[in-house]
Formats: sequence, structure tokens, C-alpha cells
Amino acid sequence: MSAVIAMNADELARGQRRERAQFIGLSLPATLLILIIVFLPLFWLSSLSFLDRGGELSTENYQRLTGDLYVEAFVVTFQISAAVTALCVLLGYPLAYWLSRKPQHTANLLLICVLLPFWTAVLVRTYAWLVLLQRNGLINNTLLSLGVIDAPLQLAHNLTASIIGMVHIMLPFLVLPLYATMKSIDGDLVRAAVGLGSSPTEAFWRIFVPMSLPGLFAGVVLVFIMSLGFYVTPALLGGGRVQMLAQRIESTITIFSNWGAASALGVVLLVMALALVALLHRVFGLDKLFVR
Amino acid sequence: MAIQDMPGASPWTQRLLAIYGALVLFFLMLPTVIVIPMSFSDSQYLEFPPTSWSLRWYREYFGSSAWMSATWTSLLVAVLTTLLATPLGTLAAYGMHCTSDRVRNSLQLLVLMPVVVPSILVAVGVFHLYAIVDLNYSITGLVLAHTALAVPFVIITVLSSLNNYDMTQEMAARSMGASRPQAFLGITLPQIRFSVLTGAFLAFITSLDEVVVAKFISGGENATITRRMFNALRDQIDPTIAAISTCLIVVSVLALAAVQFFGARSKGRT
Repeated sequence: MSAVIAMNADELARGQRRERAQFIGLSLPATLLILIIVFLPLFWLSSLSFLDRGGELSTENYQRLTGDLYVEAFVVTFQISAAVTALCVLLGYPLAYWLSRKPQHTANLLLICVLLPFWTAVLVRTYAWLVLLQRNGLINNTLLSLGVIDAPLQLAHNLTASIIGMVHIMLPFLVLPLYATMKSIDGDLVRAAVGLGSSPTEAFWRIFVPMSLPGLFAGVVLVFIMSLGFYVTPALLGGGRVQMLAQRIESTITIFSNWGAASALGVVLLVMALALVALLHRVFGLDKLFVR
Repeated sequence: MAIQDMPGASPWTQRLLAIYGALVLFFLMLPTVIVIPMSFSDSQYLEFPPTSWSLRWYREYFGSSAWMSATWTSLLVAVLTTLLATPLGTLAAYGMHCTSDRVRNSLQLLVLMPVVVPSILVAVGVFHLYAIVDLNYSITGLVLAHTALAVPFVIITVLSSLNNYDMTQEMAARSMGASRPQAFLGITLPQIRFSVLTGAFLAFITSLDEVVVAKFISGGENATITRRMFNALRDQIDPTIAAISTCLIVVSVLALAAVQFFGARSKGRT
């Protein structure tokens, strides 16, 4: 009898294994496509970065990265990404806090103002900023008519414009995970602290803020990763004056057709992005991040 | 659910916070909102508010064969991408959901990669790959690349709704003689259909709005609308683009409305 049960269990386990293999098979088409379109070229890029122009194995391309132009691209990229992330926190944290303390239906309505830009094409939003920031654009005209300035300011085609445009595009990526985290914080905890004699300010900083940190962290890392590799907005709003890593990679290929140097830059960018992604996955869980 | 308020905060603090929050929302909405009236301006110079109104830039857009062919390319690619990414993503999500935790977690990480790898790297890589297999400037190449970029969004949405779905219903169907595919198509799919549709809309928008990869691998008569817009914007601020942008905003609003609607429906169900 027990032998029969053991045999059955054995058979069942085998059946389960077979079934699992079939399920992995179901995800095969999608996974294969991603492997071929995204991963395969990345491996090729990485291997290319270790070859010199003659096709010999060398670290020439990486040594080249210590040149002024590339170092500058790294520095500028880090500065811009840090500035964009900091501004997003400054704008996004109070917004998410305000929204999370609103009744659900009001918050849902206001959230549309965050979601709509999120769903609008990056290119459209960049264009809108070009229009707003141009010499005779809305912002210059408003400032002129208010008498704040005497002559139109050069607002577009520079670093400031790139940063404004990028903050606008990244802000929803910070606000949405942060809002979700804040929403799950039990308001009774803060109320209890106040009831026990803490000042409202102290209760906010010592109870609410620490509990919102996972969401803030997720948003911050996400915004920083995306800023590091950002292309469209700085390319258009920077007017050629702002050269972040992505544009440097593009121009190294299209203007100088130096694939070796471009791929070395690409590998460094990829490693930085993946390291941050790994950190984010450790702390927050990547899968939770993209559920809208 | 706790009452959502700020315990002990003074009315002034609350008022200041509300003003600050409203200003940030204004900042978020301003660019999108400003483009729409400008597209109806009669002037070359994109002034705001427009001094005279006309449909001039729409006539310019719909009358230009170059813009129109780019629009059709983009729409065709977006539709084909949606048709490919939605079933692939749904199947993958279903397969990942039913397999062991360990396999699911590693597959999940793998399929999330296209979302987090900088798009310039994907663009450069795909450009090189397509140079070998001769797919640059082709519709097929664009659709395959966009599907790889869009499929993660379908997988994520469908997976999250499968997590709230009771799989024993499928077991029940199978115990009464339904095959696996029958149980999936007849029992599971109808119940997760709203999240599948949400994934489809995300895939469509991802493809339609994609710039960087299209900039590298599309061109000639198969240039996408975003590629053309990007190149036009490098030179000057053409008001025709305000009209095109308005059309793209309308598509985004419709997609967002659909997703909100389906989201509300699927929350009501599962």
C-alpha cells in the first residue's frame, strides 16, 4: 500500500515538474524576444568595448574615457541627475503627502493631473517646454508684463531648460510610488503620537517621514537611473550646450563612428544603471514598482 | 481605514501645503494644456494667448504627405506592436504565474530589463543587430523592437491581476473535464480581461510615443512620426508640431481614460 502511495507521489511530482516546464515554455516567446532584441546587442556592445580599432583585445577604449570630453560628460550627467532628483523630491514629497491625506475620491481626481502628463509623449512635453521657454514664450512674456524683467531671458537651449524639462518628465515616477507608500501609512500612528504629547511637527518627522522612506527611496533611485541615461529632453532643450552621457554615446557613433569608445561609454552607463537597479530590487522589489 | 488628515497640524500649515501642492500640479499640467490652444493659433510665432484663431496648422499637418506617411507608419507599428505584445505578454504572465517562485522571480527580473536599460543603449544595440540581419528602416524591425519594449508592461499588468485571481477556479473546470487551454480561455481570461486590455493600451502608447529607438532604426519612407518630430524640433519650433502634439495628447487622454475605466471595472470584479 505505502509503495503504491510512494509511486503515486513520485508520479505526481514528475507530472508537476513537466507542467512547470510547460509553463516556462509559455513565457518563452516573450523572453526570447527580449533576449534577442535587448540582451544580445548589449553583450555584443560589451565585447566590442574591449577591442581596439585593429580588433585586438585591449582596454584602449576605457583609457580613452579618462579624456576631458568624456570626463566632462560623466560629471555633467551626475550633476544634472542629482539636481533633477533633488528637485523632484522637493516638489514631489509635499505633493504626495498632500494627496495621500485627501479623501480617496478627491485624491483620485487630483491624481489625474499627475497621470495625464505621465501618459503624454515625452517628445510632446519637451516641445511644450520649448514653446513655453522660448524668447517670446509665455514665461518671458508674463515676466515682462509683470515688470519683473526688462528684456526677455534666455530660458531655452541651456542647462536650466534641460533640468526643468527633465524634472517635469521624472516627477510622476517619484510621486506615484511615494503616494502609494504614504497611502498605506496608518494615520492613527501619527494621531497617537500627538495624543501622547508630541508636537505635530515632531510627530510628522519622527513617525510619518521614516515610514514613507521606502517609497521615497524607490522614487529617488528610479528618477536617478532614468536621468542618467536620458536622451530626448536634454538633446532638444539643451540646444547642444548640454552633453549628457546618452548624447555623447550618440554623437560618438553618428559623428565620429567610433563604436569602440561609444560602447565603452555604454558599458559604464549600463553598469551604473544595473547596480542601482539591483539596489532598488533589494530594498523595494522591482515588480512592485511598476504596478499602477 | 484611518481618517485621512493631518493630526494636530495648524490650519495655516494645511493651507500652505494645499497651495504648494496645487502649484506643483499646475507645473505638471501647464505644458500639456498650453499646447492645445496654441495649435489653433493663426500666427507663425506660437504666442499665448493666440491673437487670432485658425485651423491653419491642422491643414498643414493633414495636407503634408510627409507628415501623413509618418503618422500612418507610427499607427501601423503601434497597432502591430499591440497585437503582438498583448498575447505574448499575457501568455508569459500566465506561464510565470503558474511556475515555481524561484523561476518566476528570475523571469520577472529578466523581462523588466527593457524598462530600466537606458533606451539609447537599446537603440544603438538594435541598430547594430539590424544592420546584420538587414532590418533597419523596416516595419518588421520596428515592430519587433517596440514589442520587446512594450511586452514588459503587459506582463506586469496581467501578472498583478493574476495575483488577485483564484486559480482554484481553473482546477474546478479541469476536474470537470476541461483541458488546460479550455480552462484558461473559458474561465481565467474572461476574468482578467480588463488587465489584458490595460496592458494592450500601455503597449500601444509605448510604441506610439517611442523616440530614441525609432530615431536609430526607422527612416526613409518608414520614418515614424516621433522621429520626424524630433528632427524637425532640432532645427526650429514649427507650429505644425503643436497640431500634431495636440492629436497625440488626445490619444493619450483616451488611452488613460480607457485604462482608468478598466481599472475601476477590474477592481470591482476581483
